Amino acid sequence: MIEVADLRVSFGRGASLVHAVDGVSFGVREGETFGLVGESGCGKSTVLRALCGLNPEWSGGISFGGVALARPPDRGFFRRVQMVFQDPFGSLHPRHTVNTTLGEPLAIHGIGDRDRRIVEVLEQVGLGPAFRYRYPHQLSGGQRQRLAIARALILEPRVLLLDEPTSALDVSVQAEILNLLTDMRRARGLTCILVSHDLAVVAHMCDRLAVMMQGRIVEELDVAALAAGRTVTDYATGLLAASRGYDRQLAARFVVEDGA
Amino acid sequence: MSDPQLFVDDLHVRFRTPQRMVHAVRGVSFTVGREKVGIVGESGSGKSTVGRAILRLTAPNATVAARRMEFQGVDLAGASETAMLKVRGRRIGMIMQDPRYALDPVMRVGEQIGEALDGRGLSAAVRREQVLAMLEAVRIRNPQRVYDLYPHEVSGGMGQRIMIAMMLLPEPDLMIADEPTSALDVTVRMQVLAILDELVTSRGLGLIFISHDLNLVASFCDRVLIMYSGRIVEECRAEELAAARHPYTRGLLASLPRIEARRERLAVLQRDPAWLDG
Amino acid sequence: MSAMGTWLRAEVTTSPAHARVQRAFYGWLRLRANPLAFGGFLILVGLVLVAALAPVIAPVGYNEQSLALRLRSPSAEHWFGTDELGRDLFARIVWGARITIYISTLVAVIAAPIGLAVGTTAGYFGGWTDTVLMRINDMFLSFPGLILALGFVAALGPGIGNAVIAIALTAWPPIARLARAETLTIRASDYIAAVRIQGAGPLRIILRHIVPMCVPSVVVRITLNMAGIILTAAGLGFLGLGAQPPTPEWGAMLSTGRQNMLGAWWIAAVPGIAILITSLAFNLFGDGLRDVLDPRSE
Repeated sequence: MIEVADLRVSFGRGASLVHAVDGVSFGVREGETFGLVGESGCGKSTVLRALCGLNPEWSGGISFGGVALARPPDRGFFRRVQMVFQDPFGSLHPRHTVNTTLGEPLAIHGIGDRDRRIVEVLEQVGLGPAFRYRYPHQLSGGQRQRLAIARALILEPRVLLLDEPTSALDVSVQAEILNLLTDMRRARGLTCILVSHDLAVVAHMCDRLAVMMQGRIVEELDVAALAAGRTVTDYATGLLAASRGYDRQLAARFVVEDGA
Repeated sequence: MSDPQLFVDDLHVRFRTPQRMVHAVRGVSFTVGREKVGIVGESGSGKSTVGRAILRLTAPNATVAARRMEFQGVDLAGASETAMLKVRGRRIGMIMQDPRYALDPVMRVGEQIGEALDGRGLSAAVRREQVLAMLEAVRIRNPQRVYDLYPHEVSGGMGQRIMIAMMLLPEPDLMIADEPTSALDVTVRMQVLAILDELVTSRGLGLIFISHDLNLVASFCDRVLIMYSGRIVEECRAEELAAARHPYTRGLLASLPRIEARRERLAVLQRDPAWLDG
Repeated sequence: MSAMGTWLRAEVTTSPAHARVQRAFYGWLRLRANPLAFGGFLILVGLVLVAALAPVIAPVGYNEQSLALRLRSPSAEHWFGTDELGRDLFARIVWGARITIYISTLVAVIAAPIGLAVGTTAGYFGGWTDTVLMRINDMFLSFPGLILALGFVAALGPGIGNAVIAIALTAWPPIARLARAETLTIRASDYIAAVRIQGAGPLRIILRHIVPMCVPSVVVRITLNMAGIILTAAGLGFLGLGAQPPTPEWGAMLSTGRQNMLGAWWIAAVPGIAILITSLAFNLFGDGLRDVLDPRSE
């Protein structure tokens, strides 16, 4: 469904040129959820932004369902590929009500029957019609993220890109949102890419995952291997160990790097 | 548990907002010795407010009241602002979530750390020596170079270590760390935790570790206090957290995704109004 | 609480109109909570009322001359005294409120959209669009407002209509600057990224998503600038390039009063005070408006 071949993204030029993504290749099958994990600055979010057409400055190959991603993407592309952002406080227009936020994508694509669609999608993400005329500041973090998911789903995409969808939320709310994503994925047969720094979330949501470091994929493995701790590279093994919590012996092994 | 140094008994914090009074902390009691005490809770549980109330750093619209709030014989609830100045930073240090906001952007890191030594009549050379020693203590490899950096030139993990160095220089006996590692990557988090761990063990520092991360607190701290809606609903030894009894704690634990045991759906916390009363 | 009050303060808004009315209501409450801003607001409301009811308040008209009553000092009969042609100053001030409102409204209506359009376009597209638009903007900004307005009026010919156009042309650049700065921040936000992913084109993004976020600060800015606009208008009038006699424009009145300043101080003082109070009211109100329109304060 999604093919990425030798993707490269760089920022700046001359001496300050940074290769944020430096030759990344992976494939995601139809209906599969693929995880991209790594620490901040490893390029995982940059990959996602290139995939959804937000950053035109990439080279390499990106295709969805066999169709290469155009620059700029045609309008139809956005009906097939949608994204949920990390920060539910920043990704919703502060002056638009729930109704306006959900109606906007329908208006852009000239889709009719808006009332029914809005009410339906609100119901599906567990918000209900009572939320229809509220402003984002009247919603909790979890409710905002539900709205962001509703906005992504209202165009009935085939692919959903998730950029740290729960990292700004409390754990109990995170569980609700992850369950909602699981349900939506199954009900609609979505193909997903989930970017996260949290291995537990990735292990919960994904079928396969790639560990990124400094713009490259260092290891690709399936979730069963992750759960069993069968990581191959030192970096992935260290990341996995550090994600399990604090351990005095283990911590002593982490070399301090003065990355200033 | 070692002898307690900090006693908090029946702490209440109320915020006056234009609409109403918000009772953010409702009768919290605990003690801290030379150990790592974790305060865990979700946003709005009042955990950060407790940390700030101990140092009386709450916002101006807050009132702090306690039956007893005492640190090494100093009455923190009743102390004057001048008396608090002698406690804050000198005997009790505080580390915040994002060090980049806590550091002065136009001052070199080393000089900033050195400010903690103001008023001791030290020569510039001695002062520099002490700062460098402290940077080394927080495992900064090249203290000479880091000394001359500006805050925007350091990474998040290094910034947090600089913050810790700055707080440690006056040799406090208690450190309050409010989500000190939440903004850090997991591997960097390990390094920062290792430093804090060593300080507690070798210097006999007391540590209040405020966090939303149950797993982390369970693996790092000695004791855990679980807060919900301004109250401590459960207190237990960290290694016994998995056997917690309160339904809120159990619900939180169940809602966590786990790497090794995948489930189709996560348990969703059902909040019981009865928890509000403890 | 009355049914109306309950509806206004409802936790759950049930229709787009309800949501908007509630928003306006909370804005009103915030304005009420700020005495200075509310005072400014009341003065401005008063000004509008005076202008609207001028024929009722001052039925004599602004151009009733009576040389027998020249230069009378303020009295029960002539509250603000009379000028060198024996015209009642009170009546002239009242009728002059119309001119002031006419100028300030027209300038706002012309300058705000131009500034918004230029600023958001420059900010959103960046690159050479930004460079060209902002250099034009700099050219306008590099002249003092009054001098530039003088130049325009000199070219267009004196008269109140031309004065308005001239002032509007000097008033848009600061607004464009402001709108551009706001747009740069807004453009980088996730909600703009989200609407781009929905497939929206630049025009739609600017009009529906960026402009609504810029409007509050532009409104605040133009309100605060209104004092300056009124002063520029008065300045042009004072120099004889704005409203022409016998139009009771406050600046022009001030100018004629100057000749008799020593003997009849009120002729200059009264329009001066009127200008002062009105600009002050705009400033106070604009300051309060900042809080009222800030979406974060809700």
